[in-house]
Amino acid sequence: MDKFTTLTGVAAPLDLINVDTDMIIPARFLKSIKRTGFGKDLFYTLRFDESGNEREEFVLNKSAYRNAEVLIGGKNFGCGSSREHAPWALMDFGIKCVIAPDFADIFYNNSFKNGMLLIKLPQEQVDQLMEDAKSGANATVTVDLEAQEIHRPDGEVIKFDIDPFKKHCLLNGLDDISLTLQKENKIAGFEEARKSQPWL
Amino acid sequence: MSNAKTLFDKIWDAHVVDEQDDGTCVIYIDRHLVHEVTTPQAFDGLRNTGRGVRRPELTLAVADHNVPTTDRSQGIDEEQSRIQVEALEKNCKEFGIELYGMDDIRQGICHVVGPEQGFTLPGTTLVCGDSHTATHGALGSLAFGIGTSEVEHVLATQTMIQTKAKNMRVSVNGALPVGVTSKDMILAIIGKIGTAGGTGCAIEFAGEAVRALSMEGRMTVCNMTIEAGARAGLIAPDQITFDYVMGRPMAPKAGAFEMAVEYWKTLHTDDGAKFDTEVSLEAADIPPMVTWGTSPEDVAPITGAVPSPDGETDEGRRNKMRRSLEYMGLEAGTPMTDIKIDTMFIGSCTNSRIEDLRAAAVVAEGRQVADHVQALVVPGSGLIKELAEAEGLDKIFTEAGFQWREAGCSMCLAMNADKLKPGERSASTSNRNFEGRQGPGGRTHLVSPAMAAAAAIAGHLTDVRDLD
Ligand code: SF4
Repeated sequence: MDKFTTLTGVAAPLDLINVDTDMIIPARFLKSIKRTGFGKDLFYTLRFDESGNEREEFVLNKSAYRNAEVLIGGKNFGCGSSREHAPWALMDFGIKCVIAPDFADIFYNNSFKNGMLLIKLPQEQVDQLMEDAKSGANATVTVDLEAQEIHRPDGEVIKFDIDPFKKHCLLNGLDDISLTLQKENKIAGFEEARKSQPWL
Repeated sequence: MSNAKTLFDKIWDAHVVDEQDDGTCVIYIDRHLVHEVTTPQAFDGLRNTGRGVRRPELTLAVADHNVPTTDRSQGIDEEQSRIQVEALEKNCKEFGIELYGMDDIRQGICHVVGPEQGFTLPGTTLVCGDSHTATHGALGSLAFGIGTSEVEHVLATQTMIQTKAKNMRVSVNGALPVGVTSKDMILAIIGKIGTAGGTGCAIEFAGEAVRALSMEGRMTVCNMTIEAGARAGLIAPDQITFDYVMGRPMAPKAGAFEMAVEYWKTLHTDDGAKFDTEVSLEAADIPPMVTWGTSPEDVAPITGAVPSPDGETDEGRRNKMRRSLEYMGLEAGTPMTDIKIDTMFIGSCTNSRIEDLRAAAVVAEGRQVADHVQALVVPGSGLIKELAEAEGLDKIFTEAGFQWREAGCSMCLAMNADKLKPGERSASTSNRNFEGRQGPGGRTHLVSPAMAAAAAIAGHLTDVRDLD
């Protein structure tokens, strides 16, 4: 997994609540057995019309946001399915950080496991960043994970909270499985104790 | 301090392998279901890192998401679906995992197969790379939907990393009125608490109306917990649960079974246990429900009308409503019963069990599907299909003009050939009405099996209680 330390990039405003995983990547695109290549179908229905042409009005089709690395979203972002293809598609497109008032649980976990940073902020602060983002490509934001700070284009700093364990894993690009395997003896001990319930 | 624990606390505490100071826990996983769509990348990960599967006997695999529901004797036409199903076969063989392939009578939707085989047991932790894993909570199993990285983690370690969820209880008091089902109950609950109402929580469903439900009805309720944003849904195991589990192929055998039941009887919320959130509803107030929008919280009673965004005070919500109505091609104020449908789908892990098929067959018997409606009945597993045929339900359906299909996810998520065309409208017993869920541009109204059958016959959404 790649490390996440600081990121300076264009933020794209996606001013919608309940952005669900079927919107992020419709099910018919989940047929690959790889982790990559989903970016071209990201937000397919919002991005393309019935004949597959780009919809001009969709934010990621506008020239200012084609290379966006941050997405500013609305309430309950990522609700719906457990498909990890949703964060894979966002990351494959180039998005490395999503900022919203709150996220659905499974999507939240899946994103961190792939090195994508999700930041929860109070609605007013998301609104400010949404306004900043609407002013286009010249208004870049900087996200500093170590310091837990977002630097707005006007220099103002917004602090954010993050679970210390998730932060540690992201900063160091740590893979969960190797961390858990360090506790192998505890797992084995648990399994031994479990033998009192023979039906398991 | 009181030692009173909730049902969720008890199951959680019994599975903690390790807890860090910051509350991050390693919890043991007793049961793992895998299917073809969310796992190939996980098995690849294991191969790339030279890791094996820790306890292959605790994992069960089934192909369901994109198998065809029509004749399967020639295999799968669509190349990419075939590749996924073949990858699952190859991976299960390589790692020693039991698989119910497409031609196995036990094949079906993973969340139908688990309970049916006795693989799902009370008091266990169960995970699957599918958000509707919450279904298994109906048996008192703590069940989470997980992503592909977590699937890999569970395969390699038989554990997962989690922080403990909060406790929430939803009580439904009294008795449901005649003609109102568990599907209406859960739609009413989601309508009340919203799609983010359960975020961060494990929801325990309680109250007389919940206790009175059959195992099938309980599964429908827990299945849709994820649509309220919760991590898991739970119902305390009781005699109905024990009777359901007893004798199933993978359930504990005599001797062990009695021992297990003694333990399962301790799995209930203690008096005085504290919930972070409590919500209650009166069953008598719940009518048959339908959805009008593109989120499962967009519900209305069948006796009501499409709501108007103008009455909504929250701006984000108002915009979302406008967008939904435009997508759904609906005008505010239209009576729900005036909405014409093109397609009807009975199936999915929400409503494809034998009881669901029976309820729909009661409505279908001696009636005819409206000329302009295509109606699909897709049983949840090969075994349900076989049982339904033994009861003659297939005849009732086909004589009434419904199509009778093979088991699978089908039009729930439109990964196989069963999908809506742009602009087509369905009455569907599945669990999500998201934009494009049942096919690009398709419009979905979520309903119970009886209400779906009634809509197919009337040709529009209708109150099943009004059918003569
Ligand atoms: S029926 Fe639908 S919700 Fe259930 S497992 Fe299949 S795709 Fe998922």
